[in-house]
Amino acid sequence: MQVPAPFEYERATSVDQAIGLLERLGSSARLVAGGHSLLPMMKLRLANFEYLIDINPLHDELGYIRSQANELRIGAMTRHRELLESDELAAAFPIFRDAERVIADPVVRNRGTLGGSLCQADPSEDLSAVCTTLDASCVIRGPGGAERVVSMEEFHVGPYETAVGDGEMLIEVRFPVRANGGSAYQKVERRAGDWAVVSAGAAVWLAADGTIADARVGLAAVGPNTTGIPEISEALRGHEPAEELYERAGAIAARVCDPVTDQRGSEDYKRHLADELTRRTLRTAVERARS
Amino acid sequence: MQVTMTVNDVEVTREIEGRLLLVHFLRDVLSLTGTHWGCDTSNCGTCVVLLDGEPVKSCTVLAAMAGGHEVRTVEGLADGAELDPIQEGFMQCHGLQCGFCTPGMMMTCRALLDNNPDPTDAEIREAISGQICRCTGYATIVRSVRWASVHS
Repeated sequence: MQVPAPFEYERATSVDQAIGLLERLGSSARLVAGGHSLLPMMKLRLANFEYLIDINPLHDELGYIRSQANELRIGAMTRHRELLESDELAAAFPIFRDAERVIADPVVRNRGTLGGSLCQADPSEDLSAVCTTLDASCVIRGPGGAERVVSMEEFHVGPYETAVGDGEMLIEVRFPVRANGGSAYQKVERRAGDWAVVSAGAAVWLAADGTIADARVGLAAVGPNTTGIPEISEALRGHEPAEELYERAGAIAARVCDPVTDQRGSEDYKRHLADELTRRTLRTAVERARS
Repeated sequence: MQVTMTVNDVEVTREIEGRLLLVHFLRDVLSLTGTHWGCDTSNCGTCVVLLDGEPVKSCTVLAAMAGGHEVRTVEGLADGAELDPIQEGFMQCHGLQCGFCTPGMMMTCRALLDNNPDPTDAEIREAISGQICRCTGYATIVRSVRWASVHS
């Protein structure tokens, strides 16, 4: 039987009360949202905390998808299922529905949250790749209501490590909305609901003349963090979308990613996937941007 | 710590450890052993119960998290001697062989029909895609849910 080591359970009643608890308890405390990554790690004793602060009661406060001018804001406690089912989100960023369809399974998606996924900072985490692709920024709140906003590059410090400090909490993720955009996500997995062998996300914004104004590609499971690839953005900008261009982008993805051979596949195979999935998602993202 | 929740319409209060998982609370504290305990890693889905009407894997939910909420287990499906259409469907269409996955399958399918009374076969398969039947009786499970949908 797998059970976590003993800990004290605390229940959050508001964001600021939870931050107050974190401030008081320091690194001996951890927030738990859906718990589908943290509790298995605690069962295996890979993670141990003296206090767990349950923030599920904050779903009313932090579970939302809101359109602002030129920006979409998603609360950290928004669950996978809500991200999957939101037509508003699918219209703005179809990459979300692509990704959510292949994250875990419907029952797990009833519990898991956007904020929990990002804070877990697993290099194979699909939503981190989605947020990287969309150039999202993370709103971190600290003591006294002080908020700071960091980019995805700043947010992920390393595997399982984020910019969120003791006494701080990720409360919201913001996505810039730009005109004539399209996005897509693809994942290769060994079986339904598994972690990715490799996943790729692509987002493309077209100029009035049909050329690529900007593009971003994010990869998961091929390095210490889900990483955006600036070299691909540079190679695509200003060009007419075409197969040769996607091939060039795929070749860059295969070259700059940093996979390791493990039970999910060899380094070579993962580089091949990074190439192929980059091409496929760019192709779909451009089609969607045009329609 | 003390936890109070509603299980199958009955309010229960117990003294528990914070680390107690919901599956063990149901089985060992309340003796509701209909909820099965399988892989312990949120993969197999035999431990699925409804938390406020939504299927969750109870091996990965703390009992304390369910405090103040409503839990429904397979024991809460039948109304006295009258079986839920899902249970009747599993009987009529041979939806179980060894029976280990059955409680979790039935709870997920109950929630599916609550939200979508006439699901397609593809929707049923998607709903149970986080649950494993090692007898591989998926075709008859889908048929059982269709039966329940038609006879509800």
